[in-house]
Amino acid sequence: MQSTKTFRLLAASAAIMAGFAFGPAHAADETVVKLGFAAPLTGPQSHYGEDMKNGLTLALEEANKQNIKLDGKTAKFELVVRDDQADPRTAVQVAQQIVDEDVQGILGHFNSGTTIPASRVYNDAGLPQIAMATSPEYTQQNYDTTFRMMTSDTQQGAAAGEFIVKDLGAKTVALIDDRTAYGQGLADQVAKAVEAAGGKVISREYTTDKANDFTSILTNIKAKTPDAIFFGGLDAQSGPMRRQMATLGIKAPLVSGEMTRSDTFLKLAGTAANGTYASLAGVPLEQMAAGKKFAEDYKARFKVDPGVYAPYAYDGAWNMVTAMKEAGSAKPSAYLPKLRSLQRTGATSQDIAYDKNGDLKEISVTIYEVNNGKWEMVKTMVSKAN
Amino acid sequence: MEILLQQLINGVTVGSVYALVALGYTMVYGIIGLINFAHGDVVMVGAMVATTLVVAMIGADPGGVSAWFAVISALLLAIPVCMVLGWVAERYAYRPLRRAPRLAALITAIGVSIIIQNVAMMVWGRNYLSFPHIIEPLVFQVGGARISLLQILIIVSATAIMAGLLMVVHRTRLGTAMRATAQNREVAGLMGVNINTVISAAFLIGSALAAVAGVMVTTYYGVAQYTMGFMLGLKAFTAAVLGGIGNLGGAMLGGLLLGIIESLGAGYIGDLTNGVFGSNYQDVFSFIVLIMVLVFRPSGLLGERVGDRA
Repeated sequence: MQSTKTFRLLAASAAIMAGFAFGPAHAADETVVKLGFAAPLTGPQSHYGEDMKNGLTLALEEANKQNIKLDGKTAKFELVVRDDQADPRTAVQVAQQIVDEDVQGILGHFNSGTTIPASRVYNDAGLPQIAMATSPEYTQQNYDTTFRMMTSDTQQGAAAGEFIVKDLGAKTVALIDDRTAYGQGLADQVAKAVEAAGGKVISREYTTDKANDFTSILTNIKAKTPDAIFFGGLDAQSGPMRRQMATLGIKAPLVSGEMTRSDTFLKLAGTAANGTYASLAGVPLEQMAAGKKFAEDYKARFKVDPGVYAPYAYDGAWNMVTAMKEAGSAKPSAYLPKLRSLQRTGATSQDIAYDKNGDLKEISVTIYEVNNGKWEMVKTMVSKAN
Repeated sequence: MEILLQQLINGVTVGSVYALVALGYTMVYGIIGLINFAHGDVVMVGAMVATTLVVAMIGADPGGVSAWFAVISALLLAIPVCMVLGWVAERYAYRPLRRAPRLAALITAIGVSIIIQNVAMMVWGRNYLSFPHIIEPLVFQVGGARISLLQILIIVSATAIMAGLLMVVHRTRLGTAMRATAQNREVAGLMGVNINTVISAAFLIGSALAAVAGVMVTTYYGVAQYTMGFMLGLKAFTAAVLGGIGNLGGAMLGGLLLGIIESLGAGYIGDLTNGVFGSNYQDVFSFIVLIMVLVFRPSGLLGERVGDRA
């Protein structure tokens, strides 16, 4: 009787599944707090998205162990994960899907180009949003729901531009950007800072965030003999770019933003990596007590070292959880004022607090240089807004 | 002058890779009239397999592996893997649809491409793989321009492979069978040509070329990732159309031309237009050239005007 056997098996598995489904419901004093997250999880930028997701996951898993009481019940935080493919149109669609899942807050998106259009959807739904986006425009839309995980490009670009002219002593600078909201915005800010510091931008070239051949624009730049080259874009581009600079015999140093300050860049650029500079918001993890602990916990949990963005995502998630804890509620209207008045120490900064726009008050940017195949700190520039 | 020469060297290197990949598109199109959109992803698999093997070899015995031995072993592994992939795609995805409307086969090709990409994502993860820097960065000076040993190797081996392919197609029995099948599948079948074997052979050869192109791309740029096939496939497809899809010589010419147009475009647009257009118009200019060619020669540069067989 084969069919009876199959039937019994089915019945048994149905019973088990029902057990799973109703299991948590028995714990009546628990409440599930859903938080929305979207980033590129497929496509050329998916390694960044995964890094960010791991940082968030670590923070929420820690929060779940603390049995935080929200609205009289023990909160279990859950991440609603969506893939925005780093594409602005997809971002708006997944933003709507996330809102429809009844989330209490948003920890995303990753790119500036996706965060800005999606932020309107979240603002309409009244959901506080803490995003990785670094483009200045994100917090300048007069929304009261937009917050950052990382310093904006205005500050980072200013620091990088000043560093190029004052510390590297470059009088002429060539700029390359990848035509994304991030790369273009950062390159614009660097251009401003370079001119302000007395340097001159002699060439502006463009590429895309999918290209891997830069020989023609580099040949063009080489003919103009700049003292330094700045690139606004991803490590997947800056790595091969650095290699091609070496092949073409370009001696000028390459300076780039935080997306380049990654291990992926070191791997891709290989022996050509030495003498590359990159700026990154915040101070090095190893200089912070919480930063060191974060790096160890991350490694223990995910079996890899944290990438560039994981610590900022981790802090961002904790910012939201802390605000909820202080408000004693997961209701957006209840914890939003607490998020605005937040004051805490995290893994990336001693002093995490937001200004009226949702930008981080403490502005610290660290410049790193590749030495013997490793990123080493050159200097940290700290300043406070307002 | 040396800038022009340098831009030509840059363009010919990229162009050779485009040409190799374009051959895969054009062979399949010439014989069964299918645009195999999964072809770019076969290149990606070749690059990933080669990178994985070389990384493993160096990891097992650092310093003890000669660069050439590693690269040649990578080729010897990547070629059969890609050939099997191409053969499987043809046998199980395209063959059942051979008599179906063209659109069905085209959509299946896009589906195969998505499947390959996602399986590659599961196997190799989302991170960029880096091809180890094992080939000596030897650079030669030619009239003020610089050309690396690797660039010379890419150009020379691509040329040799293309010459070999032309020999196969025009001098062997298999080549004759292929050309006959391309002209008229039914009649060739009646004349005793085994159509299935010929079509499989086209996929096998195309995939082997894709594997070689994949190894070239990953050694030259030092990067491999599961999405890399899309852009490369698109460029190579453009090259095939530019040269006249279905025509082998056309694919080679189209590839080289596209590489040179891209590199000269990026290099000179800014200076020629006094900064009105910059290198951001690089791709726009490539496609303007493509559109112009198609307006004046709808079947591509070397393509022949054929009756619509669909």
